[in-house]
Amino acid sequence: MTKLLEVNNLSISFTQYVQGLNRHDSKVITDLTIDVNENEIVAVLGSSGSGKSLLAHSILGILPYNSHVTGEIKYKGEVLTQELKEKLRGKEICLIPQSVNFLDPLMKVSQQAIGECEDDKEREEKKIRQREVFSKYGLDESVDDLYPFELSGGMARKVLLSTALLGDPNLLIADEPTPGLDKQSVEETISDIKNLKEQDKGVLLITHEINVALKTADRIAVFYSGHVIEINTAENFKDADNVLHPYTKALINSLPRNGFKLTEGVQPLDDVIGCPYYENCPVRMDKCEKNKPKLINHNGVMIRCFNYEEVNDES
Amino acid sequence: MNLEANNISFSYTKKKPILKDISLSLKNNEIIGLIGDSGSGKSTLCKILSGHISNYSGEVTIDNQKIPDKNFYPVQLIFQHPEKTMNPKWKMEKVLSESWTPTQELKDTFGLKDTWLTRWPNELSGGELQRFSILRALNPKTKFIIADEISTMLDAVTQVQIWEALINHCKANNIGILAVSHDEELLEVICDEIIHFNKINNI
Amino acid sequence: MSETPWYNKGLFSSLNLRQKTLLTIGLTGLVLLVIFISGTLIDANLPTDFSIKMQPPSFAHIFGTDWMGRDMFIRTIKGLSLSIMIGIGASIISSIIATLLAFLASINKFCDSFVSWLIDLFASIPHILLIMMISIALGKGAFGVIMAVAFSHWVNLTRVLRAEVLQINTSEYVALSKRFGKSKLWIAKEHILPLILSQIFVGTLLVFPHAIMHESSVTFLGFGLSPHEPAIGIILSESMTYLAMGAWWLAFFPGMALLIVVLLFDIIGDNLKRLFDPSQANK
Repeated sequence: MTKLLEVNNLSISFTQYVQGLNRHDSKVITDLTIDVNENEIVAVLGSSGSGKSLLAHSILGILPYNSHVTGEIKYKGEVLTQELKEKLRGKEICLIPQSVNFLDPLMKVSQQAIGECEDDKEREEKKIRQREVFSKYGLDESVDDLYPFELSGGMARKVLLSTALLGDPNLLIADEPTPGLDKQSVEETISDIKNLKEQDKGVLLITHEINVALKTADRIAVFYSGHVIEINTAENFKDADNVLHPYTKALINSLPRNGFKLTEGVQPLDDVIGCPYYENCPVRMDKCEKNKPKLINHNGVMIRCFNYEEVNDES
Repeated sequence: MNLEANNISFSYTKKKPILKDISLSLKNNEIIGLIGDSGSGKSTLCKILSGHISNYSGEVTIDNQKIPDKNFYPVQLIFQHPEKTMNPKWKMEKVLSESWTPTQELKDTFGLKDTWLTRWPNELSGGELQRFSILRALNPKTKFIIADEISTMLDAVTQVQIWEALINHCKANNIGILAVSHDEELLEVICDEIIHFNKINNI
Repeated sequence: MSETPWYNKGLFSSLNLRQKTLLTIGLTGLVLLVIFISGTLIDANLPTDFSIKMQPPSFAHIFGTDWMGRDMFIRTIKGLSLSIMIGIGASIISSIIATLLAFLASINKFCDSFVSWLIDLFASIPHILLIMMISIALGKGAFGVIMAVAFSHWVNLTRVLRAEVLQINTSEYVALSKRFGKSKLWIAKEHILPLILSQIFVGTLLVFPHAIMHESSVTFLGFGLSPHEPAIGIILSESMTYLAMGAWWLAFFPGMALLIVVLLFDIIGDNLKRLFDPSQANK
């Protein structure tokens, strides 16, 4: 079975002026490898501002001009070029944005959902389709004529979701779908996303809320300082003993329900030569300082740590 | 010391009040959690308590005294998005010293690295900036901290770090905390008492 | 995926956008500086030599000579440097007015509506009319023209700065600063000024070409500098008498030179704007 989405060794850096005339390349994502199958939800979990949204932007081909990308992204086995991205986005690949701020404030909701049409016939067809999807998510006809600012929080989320689903995409990218929502709205969002899986779609869920990732995803990729350090099943994330990387363990132990355990240390500001977790790692070795571990497969779990690499070599 | 809010009402538009007859009391040695739905007016209440909004009805007092508005305000608000609370043309050093100059020891407790001080706000991540904005609010004249979803945007590890440091400092210096969040699990761990916003807001 | 972007191709491929912009600004600035300085070094009373009067352009006199045998090139340079001086004075004064008014508008609602009213008032009067009126009222001459141009050109910048200050004033960092007990003056100086400094700077430079053009036109119309001053406007209005006699060079070269100077200032302003524009600041 070909994978729906495959991202191999993706690195994204930005060229910025540091001081005066010197330009500096700052790496935001380093050597990211991840894949999404049909009928699967994969969560990318990382603190906000860590650049994980850029993964979504690069899949959709909407990175800003001063970015520099290496590595490859494949969709259904086909390498995604900029032209292909532009062709597929909005049809096969869709983004569910964070908030209504991504909608045009001066356009009625239904108009935005339908988008550009070549002639009246197409408009009619799209209108029917839009109504169909909207009503599926409990949005009645009165919602069609509202402007974005008139939507309540819950409605807005449903509009964003159903708008993304209009083109009947195979791959959905949800970028922080639950920012500051209350418990009930979060539950609804989670069930909406899980519902997509039932419709044989693949979902890439980008979030910083570990609870959302746990409840929604099949697999979770942990993002640390621009690196994916571990990709494990959501099942294993329920217990700190079942995950491999020391940071992932710390992450699980720091949840309020797991004891709110304190782990010292902060993520490094700039790209480091060695392992990004070296400074704070309890099981570090000498070589971790100067060498960067690769993301390797350890009994089906993707892990970026020398400790497991050696075990793997011996076996 | 006792921070008290009596019969606070507020509305942004004439028609629809957002807060009605809210009363709340916070001692300087306790941590109270406030939980509620998004968009229900929690942040507005926070802004009223910390003096950011003035045209409300009702009164906010410390030990039954009106809080003087001119000088340093003893009730300090910490926002959810630290990057919006810092002047983009200021280096972090200046951002911090706008309020006060903390000791090296305190900086270490909050995990502030010296190398961050010479950076611009847009060069640091949300977690790092939030450490600055918390430390900035902990001026010796501060008696109460209103923490409005301060760890919502952070990862779980950082969340523990900043709450530990904040709570330890406040307990040692008799500063009261009103912790506002939608995360009940978190509030259960850190607070002495949890108040449901919908129950005190009489709309 | 990693193509060479357009700005890294061609002649200056080794330079990044910021270096290129600075190079452009530096070169144009240098040209203007040379014109300005050489102009100030020239004695205003040029030698007259009637034996070479009304000569068309030649290698000896590349802009030709006028009816008194004066070299038009030297007169033009002198006139341009006078124009630049008036431009500097006028644009700096107008920027100061704009900044003060923008801060005044931020004090309270009443001040804000007063400033808005002032903006509307000045925007509704045609520029050239306003300049002539102020210039005459202040007794013409260089002082009158500088003031006239300054008092008619603060409007656009004020509008921009007022909006900017208003927005900064509603920001969370200003709100916090007030809670830290900082005074309004302190906030204006420490928070707001650094944020609008680049706007003021670009605004000043973009007023420059307007100032020069308007100075020349009011002078041409006879409401600006007095006829004995070597201004471009004077040169142009004098040349009108001789145009019919076929002395085209009297108007053509000074006019072109004026246009080029104005363009150079425009280039500097645009480039600086690009440098400060966050959406393309990192090219």
